[in-house]
Amino acid sequence: MTRTLQAPVTVAFDYTRSTGPVIGRFLSGLRDGVVVGGRTSSGDVVVPPLEFDPVTHEATTEFVEVSSIGTVTSWTWVPEPVKDQPFDRPFAFALVTLDGADVPLLHALDVASPAEVRTGMRVRVRWASERTGHINDILCYEPLAPGEAETPNEVAGTSGDDPVTGVVTPVSLDYNYAASPEESLFYRGLNEGRIMGQRCPTCQKVYIPPRSACPADGTPTAEEVELSQTGTVTTFCIVNVPFLGQKITPPYVSAYVLLDGADIAVLHLILGVPADEVRMGMRVKAVWKPRDEWTFSLENIDHFAPTGDPDADYDTYKHHL
Amino acid sequence: MGKQPAAIIGVGQTHHRAKREDVSMAGLCREAIDRALADANLSLDDIDAIVVGKAPDLFEGVMMPELFLADALGAAGKPLLRVHTAGSVGGSTAIVASSLVQAGVHKRVLTVAYEKQSESNAMWALSVPLPFNMPVHAGAGGYFAPHVRSYIRRSGAPTHVGAIVAAKDRNNALKNPYAHLHNEGTTVESVLASQMLWDPIRYDETCPSSDGACALVIVDEQTAASSPNPAWIHGTVMRSEATTAAERDQVNPQAGRDAAAALWKQAGITNPLEEIDAAEIYVPFSWFEPMWLENLGFTPEGEGWKLTEAGETGMDGKLPVNCSGGVLSSNPIGASGMLRFGEAALQVRGAAGEHQVDGARRALGHAYGGGSQFFAMWVVGADKPTS
Amino acid sequence: MRDVAVVGFAQRQMPEFDGSPTCVELLVPLFKECYEQTGWTRRDVGFWCSGSSDYLAGRSFSFVQAVDAIGVIPPVNESHVEMDLAWAMYEAWIKIQTGEVDTALVYAFGKSSAGVLRRTLALQLEPYTMTPLWPDTVSLAGLQARAGIDAGLWDERAMAEVANRSLTDAEKNEYAIRKGGSSVDELLARPMYADPLRKHDCAPVTDGAAAIVLAAGDRAREVRDRPAWLTGISHYVDPMGMGVRDLTRSPSAQRAGAALELDGVEVAELHAPFSHQELILRRELGLTDDVAINPSGGALASNPMFSGGGIRVGEAAKRVWSGEATKALAHATSGPALQQNLVCTLASSPGSTAATEGARN
Repeated sequence: MTRTLQAPVTVAFDYTRSTGPVIGRFLSGLRDGVVVGGRTSSGDVVVPPLEFDPVTHEATTEFVEVSSIGTVTSWTWVPEPVKDQPFDRPFAFALVTLDGADVPLLHALDVASPAEVRTGMRVRVRWASERTGHINDILCYEPLAPGEAETPNEVAGTSGDDPVTGVVTPVSLDYNYAASPEESLFYRGLNEGRIMGQRCPTCQKVYIPPRSACPADGTPTAEEVELSQTGTVTTFCIVNVPFLGQKITPPYVSAYVLLDGADIAVLHLILGVPADEVRMGMRVKAVWKPRDEWTFSLENIDHFAPTGDPDADYDTYKHHL
Repeated sequence: MGKQPAAIIGVGQTHHRAKREDVSMAGLCREAIDRALADANLSLDDIDAIVVGKAPDLFEGVMMPELFLADALGAAGKPLLRVHTAGSVGGSTAIVASSLVQAGVHKRVLTVAYEKQSESNAMWALSVPLPFNMPVHAGAGGYFAPHVRSYIRRSGAPTHVGAIVAAKDRNNALKNPYAHLHNEGTTVESVLASQMLWDPIRYDETCPSSDGACALVIVDEQTAASSPNPAWIHGTVMRSEATTAAERDQVNPQAGRDAAAALWKQAGITNPLEEIDAAEIYVPFSWFEPMWLENLGFTPEGEGWKLTEAGETGMDGKLPVNCSGGVLSSNPIGASGMLRFGEAALQVRGAAGEHQVDGARRALGHAYGGGSQFFAMWVVGADKPTS
Repeated sequence: MRDVAVVGFAQRQMPEFDGSPTCVELLVPLFKECYEQTGWTRRDVGFWCSGSSDYLAGRSFSFVQAVDAIGVIPPVNESHVEMDLAWAMYEAWIKIQTGEVDTALVYAFGKSSAGVLRRTLALQLEPYTMTPLWPDTVSLAGLQARAGIDAGLWDERAMAEVANRSLTDAEKNEYAIRKGGSSVDELLARPMYADPLRKHDCAPVTDGAAAIVLAAGDRAREVRDRPAWLTGISHYVDPMGMGVRDLTRSPSAQRAGAALELDGVEVAELHAPFSHQELILRRELGLTDDVAINPSGGALASNPMFSGGGIRVGEAAKRVWSGEATKALAHATSGPALQQNLVCTLASSPGSTAATEGARN
């Protein structure tokens, strides 16, 4: 058994970015098959245009169309591409100063080996056939063979009329998530139908889940304590609102449940009773999912339901609010 | 050597909206920065250092965005810091910026905090599903609603107090041209009639989700001399405790109480209710007004709601709270704390426009974050502190 | 300026940390070491500041649980930067300069191995036209290394010399995760990886955490006979754009160094995650051949994200404590291709402190 429980997780969202007028102008150009730079107060043509001038700090307002052919000023080999890079096979990233620009623009360079690249070589933009106003409207740079006529690649597809004002940029990251050793104890217990806490050796409080450091003292919780499956609702809210990812139809109750023997409440669902009948102090017990659905999660407990016992006296839980 | 005097001489903010689709992130920040600099009668070239604050990077999907923003913010060639302390970050960032002046290290510091929530979905960014962890069943307001219920139980407050706060702040926002929500005709009755989302919190008692930024120019004594109306910093405090701990008081957290006590002491204030003329308090859900009034020591525990119910937190009350409309009317998360700090400064500078409290001399700016475990606050005054 | 010294330092570095991305369980023993070094308890610490990144952990608010390791009843005076430990230390140094506190403990942590680090860091780039290409950290460093080679400022041999010296020195560093030098020729005979970089030119992916303790004046003298006095500290940032800056230079590092008094520096710990970056930094800081560079092995031996820069400060401080050096320099970097840089000097006597503003005027 590994020390900690681990599992993969993907954190992904398609970000909707508003570009503002300057980056929007650059992306509108790409959509139309032209590369647009911005002129700075010192006269340089910068691609992509800077949103604000580095000297005067004023917004860039002068735009210049530059060539789609240019010169490699630096490059690097990418032997093991990572997800979402322009190629999924080895390629080069290159800084290319397009004719008419004063500074280079980074993009991929389509070559089969590092032997095919050198600083100073001439390259041109290879356009995507369907362009939306995105940096990937440029597929990559491609080398111009020595002696080859310096003709820009044909721009297929159509131009647009409306300026580009937004761009969607998906961000998807894969992680290996690990629980702490103390949390791992807790989740492993749940996989066996047990609710495991730990006692802080300094303040003697029983924590569920156990903690790598007791937040009061900074000492790891240590002594294992199996907790009761019965507890008291300290406080709660009635969820009436639907939201993204919701699994239960509203209204329902999300409550803090203080298990007997624990010194901290856990947040869980109260079901098996109309939402408007849930009370502070109500005594509840864990209702587990069928055993074959158990995993390493507090979700093994489907919800808490009233025991039918008399409510706990306010004084017994008021210091847990 | 003690703290050097420091003052706010420039305050700028954006027009806050659900989606500011007309600007990039840099454009959003510059809108606030340019207004703050114009207010201070300074240019970016006059600035010695820049401090950026915002809430989680997952909101905009950029890791440490201050790095790519450096050039547009005028930070290139200057010292740049990035603060992140959850929802309190706008306040913490202003405090870090002021400490650069108070330490005697810089003379003119620009600080900016922002959030462009429309780039993603805050609900998603705050609760990315993690293996083993049970998904949150309650949604955005579900975290705080149980603690509001606890407050009502503990204090015995009548259940309409939250609606009084919401109606007040929404009406105050009508006097603030930058506010996100301009909901005409909001009344206690209309708030009470709005949908119950997370019982006991109603729709009209929750903050909106906004794009926006706030910027401040904080300067030393010598530079402040050229300003007609500097807001002097009389005290700054940050305090943190744990998100969850055994028997942690989540209604009246110790970190907030300790912070307030330290703040009043620093500012030489013995009776905050009498001595503070306006307060900008971080109230994302209406009930947090009475809760924080108690936490901050404006009233004894259990009696904050009485001040609210008596109308004493209105514009013409004993302690005007959130004359700007507050977080309930504009919530660009990372900037929300700095807006509180900036609005407090505007009050003592007599520059709050239509939502100005007459004759305000000392004001509180307050921010909190996380699950009410991070606190940042300052007191600003029209007069230079004597000590 | 108040005299402030580094009086405590603890670190952990490993290829793969078998624990949670909050790193709480990693911080507890680090704080214990700091208390042992200083004779303090947590209540002796006036201010806390941490550095970390949500994107490294893959979740929002990944830093909030870290305060558990402190033990926060009663609550503490605390802050957090989404930056390297060195900048957390800077915030604490500022706090001490205001006179509000006399002591601080700063810490940072990061589990780089949880994701694909060089890809994750592409999220630091301009999000509209750069990040969608996912230029990874190694590629950006490769562009920089090539620019210097093409300009004749360094060559592959000079880069291999840096790597060989680092890996040789790392043999004496128990925390280094890559160590063992051989010879420059042997390193040059190894295959090219991301041409012009070989694998030993790139810092290894490293998990870890570190903590630094600061104290002012007599509080520092109570802790150590030979505190490492922070006699100067300065930091600057450059524009990010790969096109608009000269990649062979680091103006922000140059400027940070120029703000300080660097005469008499005997040892320099430079945060150079790629071998050629050490060459850039040495030039920008004007370090001559008689300055010992990275006796710890530096970032090429281990480079835990968000504590790697601060560890340079700790390593430099150790050499002042031990008497090996009377004056040392530490440097931290952040952002792609040396975009943001902090430089500080540590000395056996406090002297007069140079800070950013003092040097500007």
